[in-house]
Formats: sequence, structure tokens, C-alpha cells
Amino acid sequence: MIGRTHRFQLQAAPFLHTSLTTPKLMVEVTLTLVPVIAAAAYYFGVVALLLIAASTLGAVAAEYLLPTRAPRGSTLRDGSGVLTGVLVGLTLPPPLPLWMAALGGFVAIALGKQLFGGLGQNLFNPALVGRAFLQAAFPTALTTWVEPRGFFDVPNSTWAWPFLHGALDGTSAPTPLSRVKFDHALTPFQDLFLGHVPGSLGETSALVLVLCGLWLGLRRAFDWRIPCAVLLGVAALSSLLHLLDPTRNPTPWFMLASGGLLFGTVFMATDPVSSPTTPRGAWIFGLGVGVLVVVIRDYGGLPEGVMYAILLMNAATPLIERVAQPRPFGRARRA
Amino acid sequence: MKLPFRLRSFRHGVHPDDHKEQTEHLPVEHMPFSGRCVLPLGQGGKPSQPRVRVGQQVRRGETLADADGFVSTALHSPLDGRVVDLGRHRHPNGNVVPCVEIEADPFSPQLVAPHPPVDPDGLDVDAFVAHVQRGGIVGLGGAAFPAHVKYKTPAEKPVRHFVLNGCECEPYLTCDHRTMVERPAEVLRGARIVASKLGAGDIHIGVEHNKEDAIAALRAEVRPGEAIHVTPLQVKYPQGAEKMLLEALFGIEVPAGKLPLDVGAVVNNVGTMVALADWFDRGIPLIERVVTVSGPGVRRPANVLVPIGTPIRDLLAHCGGTVPETREFVMGGPMMGSALASIDVPVLKGTSAVLAFTASETARADEFSCLKCGRCLDACANFLNPQVLARQARAGDVKALEANFVMDCMECGACSFACPSNIPIVQLIRVAKSSIRDKKRKEGKKG
Repeated sequence: MIGRTHRFQLQAAPFLHTSLTTPKLMVEVTLTLVPVIAAAAYYFGVVALLLIAASTLGAVAAEYLLPTRAPRGSTLRDGSGVLTGVLVGLTLPPPLPLWMAALGGFVAIALGKQLFGGLGQNLFNPALVGRAFLQAAFPTALTTWVEPRGFFDVPNSTWAWPFLHGALDGTSAPTPLSRVKFDHALTPFQDLFLGHVPGSLGETSALVLVLCGLWLGLRRAFDWRIPCAVLLGVAALSSLLHLLDPTRNPTPWFMLASGGLLFGTVFMATDPVSSPTTPRGAWIFGLGVGVLVVVIRDYGGLPEGVMYAILLMNAATPLIERVAQPRPFGRARRA
Repeated sequence: MKLPFRLRSFRHGVHPDDHKEQTEHLPVEHMPFSGRCVLPLGQGGKPSQPRVRVGQQVRRGETLADADGFVSTALHSPLDGRVVDLGRHRHPNGNVVPCVEIEADPFSPQLVAPHPPVDPDGLDVDAFVAHVQRGGIVGLGGAAFPAHVKYKTPAEKPVRHFVLNGCECEPYLTCDHRTMVERPAEVLRGARIVASKLGAGDIHIGVEHNKEDAIAALRAEVRPGEAIHVTPLQVKYPQGAEKMLLEALFGIEVPAGKLPLDVGAVVNNVGTMVALADWFDRGIPLIERVVTVSGPGVRRPANVLVPIGTPIRDLLAHCGGTVPETREFVMGGPMMGSALASIDVPVLKGTSAVLAFTASETARADEFSCLKCGRCLDACANFLNPQVLARQARAGDVKALEANFVMDCMECGACSFACPSNIPIVQLIRVAKSSIRDKKRKEGKKG
């Protein structure tokens, strides 16, 4: 007999659903980071893996320990905590003590995400909140760079006890951006492109980052408009400034390939939660990031400005969305 | 053949798997007559007025109820038999509504007792509209809106295009596909009748290109020099929505709150044209329709010509019954249809499909937080911001919902389909819209 042996389900349409889920999306982005992590390990050695592991542990600990409305630990399943932790690790300089990395991961989730109410509620990119915290708390440690060394050659500072810095063994080396800012010296484009330069773990190889960005864009894992707009903003403004004063302002090629720009563009600015959702909003947001990066780098006190540029535009996102809503079908554009 | 991405379409939308392979090649089959049929009086527009009494013998095709007012249509008996009840019965939507119940005459050959055929050329527009209304003809695409209402056009709104909707963008559905393949002459016959009465300059038929055989069949019936255009479209949901179809064909946007007529177009489903041609040429009113019976729970998926009023239980039994794992029955397409609380309800004039789903399709995946990823915006053919509407619907913020044009939502469900966090976006919007409508009605009563 049909229909007599069981109770029917009564759901509301639609009864079909895309196979894509939020955890799959998070896993996809995390897996796309594998080449970036591999490049970091190649250039900076095993210390890169230790730092990323430490920051990820910190992030996962915060995700587990700090309360939200969801049952404890259940939010780990969406995969966003691990992704944030890995991203924090990739923004750190190689000789950083591990405890600082773990603290950065913890703060990223605690202040950057859970404080706002968990995934989807946060105003700022959590990974950048973590890094900004470390930058404010440990300015020296966060700007101490070393030349890439042997694979198993771990600096003494890495194992520093909590609340201690540890002594840096060996000499610190300036990043390409510091060399421009303070020494007016340019790094060869080839080194920037391949990544054989001092810098944060994930940011040095332009080649790897461009490939990862293309992959995520083609897979529609993020809104392609944001990275396009960021790079367009940087290229346009830095070209203009370079033409006006070539001695003071580096070429657009250098600006695009150096520092954290590509890493921030591909993996930070494209965070959907803290960036505008609408297409017009994405363009405004991306161009804003690009312009701010150039302004901070060329005129600010810091050599690098990607982190603050993205955080500032994160703060502007709710305002951007007020003016950048789509034009409803069959209606005039909203005032 | 043009490459798919060169074909016309509307902007935004989603691409669900179409699941049509189970039934798209199956010819429309007849089913045995059921012992009883239940016909709700309200099937498109205002409920009709019964003209029969309990105990009366009726012929197959005989008028059971007359239209009550303009936005209402006549109702005809799908069976030779006897009126056994004029009481209230369960409607597929769950309500209990006034119905006519017919018991089949077991000894009848069940031949149609036709009404006299009518030559549409001899009718003026008003007589044409009245005759369509007497035929009980409603839109067979699913909404079951009375067909004649669209043909009564005011003089200040001339009709340039008569548009036939052969998109069938809902997954699983193949009833329109088979109708176009098997009865293209009647599709065009109905279209020519309507177009001439509307004074439309041309006829456009939009068909998604996953139905190449339907496109070829229709084109073969077009006479040389005739202004009938069969246009292949991309496969995309919700292309069958009137306004999306007009955007796909002509690139025009029907203004919000306006009708296709306001941009000089009238849109009908292809199946409606066959019903219309049968009514004028053969005197057969709308007493049966093609229903796709499909889904993983159905043992023998099929396209069936079903007498209106046939119990869904009988229709499923004709299709081999359902597998024990069946958990949910859906009337209509899987994107906009509705779940059935009982299968002891009748097939209606607007029933395009009966689908059976098993636990693996109906299991509700976990909901995650909204990432604001924007996939719902890219899905929304109305260019709304569904994630914002869903949030405001949860908060019950009526003012903000209205400011964001929630009432423009056509509830196609593309947003919910596309959401990776599995947020029931359209469901939230639907609830919000109906509470706004209720509030408006109450305020109207007070004032």
C-alpha cells in the first residue's frame, strides 16, 4: 500500500540544493593554501611549519574554549577556525617565537570572531585582527626579518619561553619594502616574483600567490571582482605617483609583487564575511584597499600597509553596502 | 547549432541538475480511469458555481460548474458517471474545500461527449474570451491562472508579441517537453488562434536547448513566411518565469508591479495552447492534462495523460507504486512545488508533476552561518539581496524588508538552492511576505 506505512515529510520548496557547502568552501580555500605553505617551508625551512602549526592551534583552542550560542566545539566543523589560524601563521615573520604565533591565532578568533558573535558576524577579517594585535603588542618581533636559511636551521628565538623574546641569532635583514622606504634600494623583480626575499612566511613568492588566486577565482571560491579591484587600484595609483616622482615612488611592478599585497589580496581582502557582498560594493571595496595600500606605503610611516588597508576597508564595508545595493529587476536604481 | 553560451537567457539564475533523463524520452501514456474523481470548484480564479445536483448522471466533458465572475472558469466532468457528492474534500494544499465528486460508470466506454466545435475566426474578441472561459482553460504551467483573463486586453495596451513558454526550467518536469514533441501542430494551432485574436504581430516560442527535439518539432510546423520564432534558450532556472522569459527573448525588463502586457506581450504555457486547440476544434474542454510522475521514489517514472480529479494514489499506483524509502511527495516541480501531506488528494488543472523523494534527497543538511558570500545575489533573477532579506525576515523587521523590496520576490527558490550554508532563505522570505500581507489586510479593514 502506498503511503500508509510511514509518515510523510513536509518541507517547503525548494527540494533541491546545491552540493556546495560552507565547510567544503573552507576546506577548498585551506587546501589552496598548501602550495603557499610549501613555498614558505621551501624558503624559510621547518620553522615556517612550526609557526603555522602554533597559530592554528591557538585559533582552534579559542574556537573551542570561547562560548557562542552554538554548542561547544560544534563550530569547528565549519572549518573556518583552522583557515583563520593558518592565515595568521602565514602573515608572521620567520624568527617569531612560537608562543606569539599561538597567541596571535587565539586573539584572531577571540577578538576577531567570537566577540562579534561567531562566524559571519565579524566586522573585521579575524586573521588580520590577530596579526594587528601582535603588531601592536610586539612591534620589534613582528618586524624582525631574516634571510632564508637552511631547512632545519631553527632560530633560537623560535623556542623562546612565553612572555620572552629570545635572542635573535644571526643578522636581521630588511624586507624589499623597508629597503625602498629607508634605503631607496630596489630588489630585483625576479627575486620578488619567485620569492627569494626576506618577508612574512606566506607573502614572498608572487608566482605561487598569483596561481592560487587564479585557481580560487576560476573555482568561484571568492568574488573575482575584489582581487581585480585591489590590483587595479594599486597599479593605477602607483603608476601615477611613479610618473610624478620616480625617485621617491617605486614602479607599479615593484608595488604589485612586493610585501603582503598579493597574499592579502588573494586570501584576506576576499574574505566574504568582512567584505561587501554586492558587485558594486566589491569594486568600491577593492579599489579602496588598493589606494590605501599605495598611500600607506608611499606616504605612511610604515613600509607596509596591506593589513591596515584591508582592516580600514573592512570597517567601511557596512557603509559601502548602504550605497551599493543591486538595482532591483524592473526598478530604477535606489537613491 | 549555436553553442550554449551564445544562446539567449536572462541575467542571474541557477543551474540545478535537470533530472529529466528518466522521462524525457517516454511518450505520453494514458492511464485507466479511476473509480472516483474529486474536482475542487476553485481551480484557477474564483471557485465556480456548480450546476449539477447529487445523484445526477453526467457525461465525460459535460459542464459541472459555471464560471462565477470574470476571473473564474468552468469545470467539466472528466468521467462518464454520477455526481455522488457536492461536499468538502481535501485539497492538495491541505485545506478542505468545496468539491464535486464523480463516481465513474463502470459500464461506460468513457468516450468524450464533445461540445460543438467553434470556428474562432467567426468570433469577436469578447465572444472568444467567453468561449475560452466556458472551456475551463487555465494556464497549465502550474499557476493555473484563468487563460481568458490574459486575452481581455484594454485598447490602450496593444499586444505586439504573443509568447509561448516552453522553457520547462523546473528539474524533473517533462510534460511540456513531451507535449511539444508529440503535439506541435496543436501548440501552433492554439498559438495562431490566440495571436490573431490579440492582434499580436508575431509569436515567439522560448524553449531551453536541452529539448532539441521539441525545437525541431515546432519548427517543422511553422509555415514559410510566418512570423513564428522558435528560440532556443540557455538551460537556466527560473527561465520559465514570465518576466525572465521576456528578458531572455527580448532583453526587456517588465517594470516591478507591472504585467507583461504593459510591455506589449502576453505569455502562455505551451500546454495551454493544446488545451485551447482541442476546445475550439474538437469541442473537448480541459478535462485531462499531462502529468510527469518522477523522482527517485517512483518505480516506473512516466508522462501520463491524467483525467483532472484523479486521486494521486491511483496515479502513483499506475506508475508502479513507490519504493519503501519514499519520504516525501511533491506536487509540481522540485523548486517551487509543494509537499503533500496526503496522497489521497486529486490531480488539479495546475498539476504539472507528482514527484516522490527518498530520505537521501530529503535529509536536511546542517545550517551554517551566513558568510555573505553573495551566491544568493548571483542567483536572484529579481536582483534583490536575499541574504539581507533573510536576516531581516528572521529579525521581523518589516520596515527594512519593504524598503528592500521583499514584495518583488517571486519565491522561485534559487537563493535557497544556491546557499552553501543551507539557510532557508526563500522560506524565511515567504513567511515574511505573508505576514506583511496579513498586516496590510488587517490595516485595510480597520481603515
